[in-house]
Amino acid sequence: MNPLVLWLTMVGAGAVTFALRLSFIALLGRIEIPPFLGRALRFVPAAVLTAVVIPLLFYENGALEASLGNERLLAGLVAALIAWRTRSVLFTLGGGMATLWTLQAMGQSL
Amino acid sequence: METTISKPGKGIHLRRTARSREAGYSGRSRNRKPPLNEGIRPESIAYDLNGAIEEEPKTPSPAAAAFVSGAKAIVPVLLALIPFAVAFGATAMGGGLSALETLAMSVFVFAGAAQLAAIPLISAGASVTIVVLTVLVVNLRLTLYSASLAPHFRRLPLGWKGLLSYLLTDQAYAATITRFDDGETEEPDKRWYFLGVALAIWVTWQTATMLGVFLGSWASEGWSLDFVLPLIFIALAVPAIKDLTTAAAALSAGVAAVFAAALPLNLGLITAALVGVLGGLVAENVAERRRR
Repeated sequence: MNPLVLWLTMVGAGAVTFALRLSFIALLGRIEIPPFLGRALRFVPAAVLTAVVIPLLFYENGALEASLGNERLLAGLVAALIAWRTRSVLFTLGGGMATLWTLQAMGQSL
Repeated sequence: METTISKPGKGIHLRRTARSREAGYSGRSRNRKPPLNEGIRPESIAYDLNGAIEEEPKTPSPAAAAFVSGAKAIVPVLLALIPFAVAFGATAMGGGLSALETLAMSVFVFAGAAQLAAIPLISAGASVTIVVLTVLVVNLRLTLYSASLAPHFRRLPLGWKGLLSYLLTDQAYAATITRFDDGETEEPDKRWYFLGVALAIWVTWQTATMLGVFLGSWASEGWSLDFVLPLIFIALAVPAIKDLTTAAAALSAGVAAVFAAALPLNLGLITAALVGVLGGLVAENVAERRRR
């Protein structure tokens, strides 16, 4: 990305984020969250976070790779299991990376 | 960054001390201890703090005590925050950003998940609109925190509202809202308590980003360190799945993401996220209908 465009992107992202944070703190009494939006917002974290992860696991070099030969997918599944059992970021990171390195080493030795 | 933390219990003594001393001046002190002994602890802490807060008076104040107890209460959360920021710094460097750009992003956006989600898009050459829209969607939850904190910041001058808003994160919200709602911290201590929590998070975030920048420029490509990005999001996504409806949201977002990844203009993430929210709402409706 061209540096100027990148800076523009970052300023834009920062401004949008700040506006979201300030929204109700600044406008209290004048607007309230509509009930429907409040209900929808409850699902945003689970939906967004999953939407970020899945393509990173299922796609390799831009191609769909939904097979057991996909080391990243397997390591991701192991990491999800660790995250579920331990709720620890560090264990998830460590376990996921270790699994990926192991699978990669096994793949090279075959 | 969905971190829920238990109610911070430390520091209560400190603030009570400060306030009861204040009450002592107005002549309606309820504590029986002589105020002489009590002055020692807050004073020594407030002294250390003088450099940290701009032009804070040298005498120990309830504001300083609230600031310090906030900063202290958040320490365990800070430790959990460091891997995220390090991962962001390293991922951004791997994604082609310069050290300055990486740090600037942490300062401008100051929201971990959004920053991390933006990196693959920026590397893929997505347009400004797409990146900003994605950051908007990822950060939508901040409006919930804003709404929930708004009554507590109602009386603050606009400058304070702006400052505290900029510093509002999942962690700062989780660490303050319970005690604010329970009335454990009263004005004018609220703003200082929040500032103590949030500023500690900010400093940690920026420092750990720099650490990640160094790590990222030093690491070798053979280590597959770009895999840290999905791993971080796995660590965030799994706790976000709390019940069947949020699981439905995640599942529909995941399925949609597989197909939407091929969408032009890198619109895949936003599309999949919206499908996920829709899936959650549908599941909620189904669950409610069953209950009747």
